[in-house]
Amino acid sequence: MSQIDPVLETRKVSKTFHDPVTVQVLKEVSFSVERGEFVSIMGKSGCGKSTLLYILSTMDTDFQGELLLDGKSTTGMDRDHLSRLRSEKIGFVFQFHYLLPEFSVLRNVMLPALKLGRYGPEEVEHRAMERLKILEIGDQALKRANQISGGQKQRVAIARALINDPLIIMGDEPTGNLDSKNSDIVFDILRGLSAEGERSMLVVTHDEDFAKRTDRTIVMDDGRIADHGR
Amino acid sequence: MTMDLKLILGISTTMLLARLKQSVVAGVGVTFSIMMYIALSGFMNGLNELLDGLILNRTPHIRLYNEIEPSEDQPLDLAPDFADRTVFISRIKPKAELTRVRNALGIMQALEKDERVLGIAAKTTAQVFFNVGTIDLNGVINGIQPAEEDRLFRFSDYVVSGSVHDLNAVNSVILGKGVADKMQVDLGDMVQVTTADGQRTMLKVVGTYQSGLADLDNVQCYASIKTTQKLLGRGNDMITDIQVKLHDLASAPALAREFARKFDVEALDIQTANAQFETGSNVRSIISYVVSVVLLIVAGFGIYNILNMLIYEKLDSIAILKATGFSGGDVRAIFISLSMIIGVCGGAVGLVMGYFASIGISHIPFETEALPTIKTYPVDFSGRYYLIGVAFALVTTYIAGLFPAQRASRIDPVEIIRGK
Ligand SMILES: Nc1ncnc2c1ncn2[C@@H]1O[C@H](COP(=O)(O)OP(=O)(O)OP(=O)(O)O)[C@@H](O)[C@H]1O
Ligand SMILES: [Mg+2]
Repeated sequence: MSQIDPVLETRKVSKTFHDPVTVQVLKEVSFSVERGEFVSIMGKSGCGKSTLLYILSTMDTDFQGELLLDGKSTTGMDRDHLSRLRSEKIGFVFQFHYLLPEFSVLRNVMLPALKLGRYGPEEVEHRAMERLKILEIGDQALKRANQISGGQKQRVAIARALINDPLIIMGDEPTGNLDSKNSDIVFDILRGLSAEGERSMLVVTHDEDFAKRTDRTIVMDDGRIADHGR
Repeated sequence: MTMDLKLILGISTTMLLARLKQSVVAGVGVTFSIMMYIALSGFMNGLNELLDGLILNRTPHIRLYNEIEPSEDQPLDLAPDFADRTVFISRIKPKAELTRVRNALGIMQALEKDERVLGIAAKTTAQVFFNVGTIDLNGVINGIQPAEEDRLFRFSDYVVSGSVHDLNAVNSVILGKGVADKMQVDLGDMVQVTTADGQRTMLKVVGTYQSGLADLDNVQCYASIKTTQKLLGRGNDMITDIQVKLHDLASAPALAREFARKFDVEALDIQTANAQFETGSNVRSIISYVVSVVLLIVAGFGIYNILNMLIYEKLDSIAILKATGFSGGDVRAIFISLSMIIGVCGGAVGLVMGYFASIGISHIPFETEALPTIKTYPVDFSGRYYLIGVAFALVTTYIAGLFPAQRASRIDPVEIIRGK
């Protein structure tokens, strides 16, 4: 049964900001992402892409409509429950790398897994190392997170997003502040990960080339979905 | 659960170490206040106990004696001729030897068996004159039981030269320092005393006594109770005071009333005799508590401030932790443990420093006439202050951490991430 459920589905999600003036940023957004799909979201600046992504990541619960993750509705779940769901099912890559500067690269990758507690510390370390190696930054593992380059940070963030084997990785302009070479590297990594099968990708981007190479591009306009890309 | 705790402690320790300087500053605040608390409390209480001891050590908890008062029964009452008359007798004089406690030996026996009584010491006082050349000096000789007096009232603490033990020899005396100075006598010299009814005796000086109160030291002298009884020409039942020391000081007033009824004597309890003393002692302890609490609260505010600052700096980290699966409760636990680590480390160092500060204080010279045996400042090293210090360090750092941690746990990661 869960095999045919989409990984992620929204039903008429709307979001309104009231401060300082009331603006409806999202207007009945309904779409879904299937298993293994690599979906990009494009749209003019300010059309609500980031806002949508925060809702999808379960960090923002203040919206109307319904969000289903792996077939289950998140409506009415308390925050602790959502935290757990988030660490189990979702990996998140921010536009700015957002690592914990006081921890080592390795530790940054390990923390979400230690929190989830699915594996013991040694196993977690092993898995983290594995992912860092896949992303070709295994040699940076013991450096402090603020001692590596921007492109490397972005890859660390991806390794962290992968650590709990999430169903879906979401990215808000993950290549936004990388040069085209690093941007290509990150794209290839994401592409490769989704090609492995089960894992889906949902990436907000302004980069046309990037979007073209994904399975499907959703275009947003003023809080609505203008094109589902299929 | 334990896994989570380990993880949370790991995160908070790393955050602390990353801002080592700030953490140390916060820790030093705790260290300083715990140190000051321990040093001050130990010092103030040491002094307090010393001052209390001045009175408590020397004063019997209950003193049994006989007030000089006119006797109620007059011989005339016994005469049958006057039985049905109304008799007026004016200006009755007290009987000659009423200052003696009647049946003192019996009372002492009864008290010795009483379980509430720590010990008793009998005393017989005699008014005397010391004959120095042509002058007679006024004096009071307290006949005491040297061993008991020393055990119960630390008599030897006030004997500045000679020895209490020598009082056991017949016709020996320990003179008040004022008396000895006036007569210019030394250990081993003989002094002549005359009692109120004219008997003369030679006594050998075996020591001098200094209470610190000049009025006392100019008059009070000590001899054994036997010597005094002999001086007065009386037998061994001539006892003017029975001094009682109790196990429980607080029960003195009640027991005094009981003894007065039971033995038909006057009984004066220490609380009644020294009403002003307790007030002073209470005020002193209140002051020392207030000072300590203020110190610890100030340290608490220091931690609170630094944690608030730290949280402001760590907003990004908090957002990331939350975005990667840590709950608000985890974030709160991280910041509370951050604060508690500062409290535990700062407090532990504070304990050690407080101990050394106390040792330092206890080596500062403190010489006073009033306390002949005290050479340095008294310090109370009791473990109570160390326990309270630790408890307070933990409680203040917990509370100081609680509010910032609460704030951190409520931070909305979306707002932080969007804000970039
Ligand atoms: N906290 C807020 N309060 C009020 N309005 C907000 C708030 N956050 C975002 N908005 C508004 O919501 C709209 C959508 O913002 P959002 O960040 O989702 O745009 P975006 O599509 O991600 O744009 P960009 O491509 O520039 O990142 C914008 O018009 C913005 O002004
Ligand atoms: Mg955006």
